[in-house]
Amino acid sequence: MKIEKYSGRVIEGEGPVENIYVYEAPVRIWHWITVLMMIPLVVTGYLIAEPPLSVGGEATFIYGFAWIRIIHFSCAMIFAIALIMRIYWAIVGNYHARELFLPPVWRLVWWRGIFGQAAYYLFLRKDSDSWVGHNPLAQIAMFSMFVLGALLITVTGFALFAQQWAWGVSWMKMFGWVHVLFGEPQAVRTVHHLTMYYLLAFSIVHMYMVFREDIMGKETVISTMVNGIRAFKVKEH
Amino acid sequence: MTETYYEILRRQGISRRSFLQFCSLTAASLGLSEVGAQEIARAMQAKPRLPVIWLHGMECTCCTEAFIRSSHPLVSDVVLSMISLDYDNTIMAAAGHQADEQLEKTIRDYKGNYILAVEGSASLGNDGVYCMSGGKPFTGKLRHVAKDAKCVISWGSCASWGCVQAAKPNPTQAVPIHKIITDKPVIKVPGCPPIPEVMTAIITYLITYDRLPQLDAQGRPKMFYSQRIHDKCYRRPHFDAGQFVEKFDDEGARMGYCLYKVGCKGPTTYNACSTVRWNDALSFPIQSGHGCIGCSEDNFWDKGSFYKHLPTILPPGWGGIEATASKVGLTAVAVTGAAVAAHAALSAIKQTRSQSRNDKLAVKE
Repeated sequence: MKIEKYSGRVIEGEGPVENIYVYEAPVRIWHWITVLMMIPLVVTGYLIAEPPLSVGGEATFIYGFAWIRIIHFSCAMIFAIALIMRIYWAIVGNYHARELFLPPVWRLVWWRGIFGQAAYYLFLRKDSDSWVGHNPLAQIAMFSMFVLGALLITVTGFALFAQQWAWGVSWMKMFGWVHVLFGEPQAVRTVHHLTMYYLLAFSIVHMYMVFREDIMGKETVISTMVNGIRAFKVKEH
Repeated sequence: MTETYYEILRRQGISRRSFLQFCSLTAASLGLSEVGAQEIARAMQAKPRLPVIWLHGMECTCCTEAFIRSSHPLVSDVVLSMISLDYDNTIMAAAGHQADEQLEKTIRDYKGNYILAVEGSASLGNDGVYCMSGGKPFTGKLRHVAKDAKCVISWGSCASWGCVQAAKPNPTQAVPIHKIITDKPVIKVPGCPPIPEVMTAIITYLITYDRLPQLDAQGRPKMFYSQRIHDKCYRRPHFDAGQFVEKFDDEGARMGYCLYKVGCKGPTTYNACSTVRWNDALSFPIQSGHGCIGCSEDNFWDKGSFYKHLPTILPPGWGGIEATASKVGLTAVAVTGAAVAAHAALSAIKQTRSQSRNDKLAVKE
């Protein structure tokens, strides 16, 4: 088994098929923390945009909507810290830890992989190739949808969180530039909100593709994110 | 010799006690200490009156109306003596050539030493014919007066952002004054109108300290535009409790619940209304049961309905006026879901076919 450089394509027929340790523990832990955090984040985020019906009673003793926001902020902090750690791991981790962040757009083999994989998903090709890490199409989707989306939602989220401080104070000192960049706070709010749907759309496609590849593809996918090992389904001859 | 503010005030029959009261009130609203009040008092007694030239572009005069109704009785006196101004189209006695002469005289006599306060936006369309003053385009007059000004204040949302006349489609190409005056810092005091106490406090600050107040990233004085209406709103406990007005005539509205869901722009608006309030601190929009419309924020006219919590995000004709981020987002997610389902169905068919083909091949072998 030989692995094509830059694209991660598996060239069969040369040597024995081996299992490869792809995702190191920090990558896997980050993945599942992100999954766990995204669920309450999406739910509470939606409720902040579309608040539930009022409850009666003396406001002094009720803290309902504030809890929704506290859960949102807390989960967002964990999401963001995990993302920062993930970026750190992209620097110090193995080759596959960098895949999401640096798609090798300057490599021809990589582009060939994108078109090949796209043709496969459009049912124009019968078989897909095998890949060690992400296939190039998955890689560009991860980068443009998840990585950029997560960074955007984190930065805009921090900027909205910062609004409780005055301009030039504390968090606002660090994230006030976001409001200046977008022109006004409402635009930041809208972008933050829309990015959630962007990530949600990504998650749907991601989960579908993972299950599909696990069933129809030539390598393990779901278990790889659990134990880190990419195993190749060997055809029985 | 030019009179000081204090001399003018005394001449108008203001007692020393009221004068000191004004100084401490203003110091408090500026966030200064007791020393600040003394500094203000000293400055008003010692420094000669700083002439203010007040220009009017495209506006509705609501800034002037607010200004001359500053709540504390003394404030309006201070204001009127400060701006008994050398030049103000709306409230000066002179008219026509006399007024123009007065303007030129002030510019000449106080070169580099007068405050230019501008109310209203400038118009660039068709060489500025939509806003003429004394037979000439306002933009020219603005540039002329700004050239020798000590500092420039833009009163209100018109001068600061452009306001309603700069809203889409902006037929007169109205622009805020900082697009015309580019060589000097402009103190933006947005609001439609700005809070009168804020206006007098800013002028007092300029007189006392002879320097610009600290400005935020958008050019607004930090002491008044640092906090959101939302964070100092007296209805905030209802927000935290999750008690919202659903409709303007429901029980929640009568109970004084939070106006977040009926489009209050308090959470995105930086202004001092919820602390300084209006009309002798009597009330402000939210207190009277109406959401904040965000009148001191840039481009507030084009941000969708004042009564909708989420703004329309698509251009007209693309999903109507109800195309909020929620609706657009949910539609996009639904389309993605449908596409995934369709792809899954096709994949299943393909898988079954290749399976049966494999089986057939296996039989042949």
